[in-house]
Amino acid sequence: MLSVFLEVLRRDLLLAWRNRADVLVTLAFFTIVACLFPFGVGAEPNLLRTIAPGVLWVAALLATLLSLHRVFSQDHADGVLEQLLLSPEPTVLWVLAKVLAHWLTTAVPLIVAAPALALLFDMTQSATEVLILSLLLGTPILSLLGGVGAALTLGLRGGGMLLALLVLPLFVPILIFGAGAVDAYLAGTGATAHLMLLGGGSLGALALAPWACAAALRIAVE
Amino acid sequence: MLEVTELACLRGDRMLFANVALTVRPGELVRIAGPNGVGKTSLLRLLCGLALPEHGQVCWKGVPLAQGREAFHRDALYLGHAAALNDLLTPQENLRFAAACHGLGVDAGACELALERIGLGPQRELPAKVLSQGQRRRVGLARLYLSENVPLWILDEPFTALDVAAVRDLADWLDRHCARGGMVIMTTHQDVPFATPMRTFDLAESAC
Amino acid sequence: MESGQRFSLFRYAAPHLFYPLAGRLAPWFAAAAVILTLVGLYLGFFVAPTDAVQGEVYRVIFIHVPAAWMSMFIYLIMAFWSAVGVVFNTRLSAMMAQALAPTGAMFCFVALWTGALWGRPTWGAYWVWDARLTSQLLLLFLYFGFIALTRAIEDPRRADRAGAILALVGAVNVPIIYFSVKWWNTLHQGASVSLTKAPSMATTMLMAMLVMALASWAYTIAVVLWRVRPLILERERHTEWVGDVLETAEGRA
Repeated sequence: MLSVFLEVLRRDLLLAWRNRADVLVTLAFFTIVACLFPFGVGAEPNLLRTIAPGVLWVAALLATLLSLHRVFSQDHADGVLEQLLLSPEPTVLWVLAKVLAHWLTTAVPLIVAAPALALLFDMTQSATEVLILSLLLGTPILSLLGGVGAALTLGLRGGGMLLALLVLPLFVPILIFGAGAVDAYLAGTGATAHLMLLGGGSLGALALAPWACAAALRIAVE
Repeated sequence: MLEVTELACLRGDRMLFANVALTVRPGELVRIAGPNGVGKTSLLRLLCGLALPEHGQVCWKGVPLAQGREAFHRDALYLGHAAALNDLLTPQENLRFAAACHGLGVDAGACELALERIGLGPQRELPAKVLSQGQRRRVGLARLYLSENVPLWILDEPFTALDVAAVRDLADWLDRHCARGGMVIMTTHQDVPFATPMRTFDLAESAC
Repeated sequence: MESGQRFSLFRYAAPHLFYPLAGRLAPWFAAAAVILTLVGLYLGFFVAPTDAVQGEVYRVIFIHVPAAWMSMFIYLIMAFWSAVGVVFNTRLSAMMAQALAPTGAMFCFVALWTGALWGRPTWGAYWVWDARLTSQLLLLFLYFGFIALTRAIEDPRRADRAGAILALVGAVNVPIIYFSVKWWNTLHQGASVSLTKAPSMATTMLMAMLVMALASWAYTIAVVLWRVRPLILERERHTEWVGDVLETAEGRA
């Protein structure tokens, strides 16, 4: 039963490696979005330090959004998705593998790059650590919920915009708790509550999102 | 045994066919016939459980698909129009992945052998994007050489884009599957020389 | 059909029985909506006393609050029908969900609009990032997402099922969104001014609000019954009874 999970994960990681330019483009997008803000609001260090967590979280959110179409669309076009749905193994298993591969190839590079961007906004080291932690706990929800959105909009005309409309409102709580964690840490109230909520959200999404995603994929190939 | 009763298919707002009844027993080779657009592919997708019927049901070994999905998918192989190939992977990688997802415990050697038999030995390690249409088709069909133990084969136009020799080889392999007690349901517009007596099911008679 | 005869509760879940029922009931609910709205507006704008603190402006709550309530209720009802559709595979429930969505979005928009009008004299700005207003805005986006998704999918059955999944995912998220926005709001702004906590609500005010709430229920039911009828015809047009209905309609015309 685990073998289909591992096979799908291995294949998607291999494909991401062969297509590594895509990953780099996502990373470049993340960086450029974050770098736009100082031009928009001015380079006053105190202001930048205040907005940094929010800016980095919004940039991570948008970068994830733009990479979501990669999760299922190629397999849908090739007919691989049909074959996966005909697998005797439970659908949620390989859906989870695909989402995990997306997280590993999209969110993890962003998280690795985030400290460098934090430097541009003059964030302190300890605040950066909280930011990284919040990204680690929060980005799985982005991949999981985003996977549902990607499955629902599979093969539709104008699917990209529609996907944004579907998932961005759902991402708001993650943005609030993610950026809020750093703010709370800086305000001295401690970020534990925020991080716990993000972790709990990740577990909740892990329990529910794959089922919704599997159901949406069945509808998409019909 | 595959039993189809009172099957009806709705595509968009059009009823394609209704009251389709079909029984396929071990060793049988069934060809679904009918003009373009009558719903042959839709019927095959209903049979393999990718689509839900508007009415009626499909039973495998007496169990409706909705209740025995996993057991049925273990026993059935569906090859559709799309070759289910990823362009960035080699035929070998594609085939191994497809077999693994189907729950067939096959190793790299078996995949190599299957690709050799279908005539893709030299192209085994090339990315799939450089293959010709016929070669892509064959990578999908190579799964048939790994699926001897899968009783039900549902094939949508398996002979398209194949050359004469490949058509003969494939027909021979389908004959052998039926001789083993397997079942083949397929659509084709070509006249293929089968040794097994072929039963033709004319879908046009059930069209709405 | 036979089981439908035995269980009277599920009898009208069959589209061909629900279609004429909806047609018969809709005018009654529409009439009730008109009467209740007139009574409610009269109570709210002429009978209810002027508020000591806010003056006459507060009267907008007689529209704002019922609209906000209704927009949230409708999403819940949509999610309920979606769940019924997913679990029991009844076709009518998905049509109900689709018929509800535009009304929900409309009430959401009315709540936001009146909220802004009410906010201008109260807060000195048309928009503040108050927890209730912000959640309402996000709810509006959820409605837009639902409507956009179901319109983008051409095959009606696929649209129904995809919409049902989206509505359920949204329904799980609505409380989370509300809670998170409230949390965010208290951190950033301090306590917000509540629209519903008028210091002391006179009985007539409460009455007016309740009547308006009933009016919006009646309106919603009437509009949904009207909207679901063409949806039923569209989805069931391959069946015999729709052919009969269309023929008699043509005969009448």
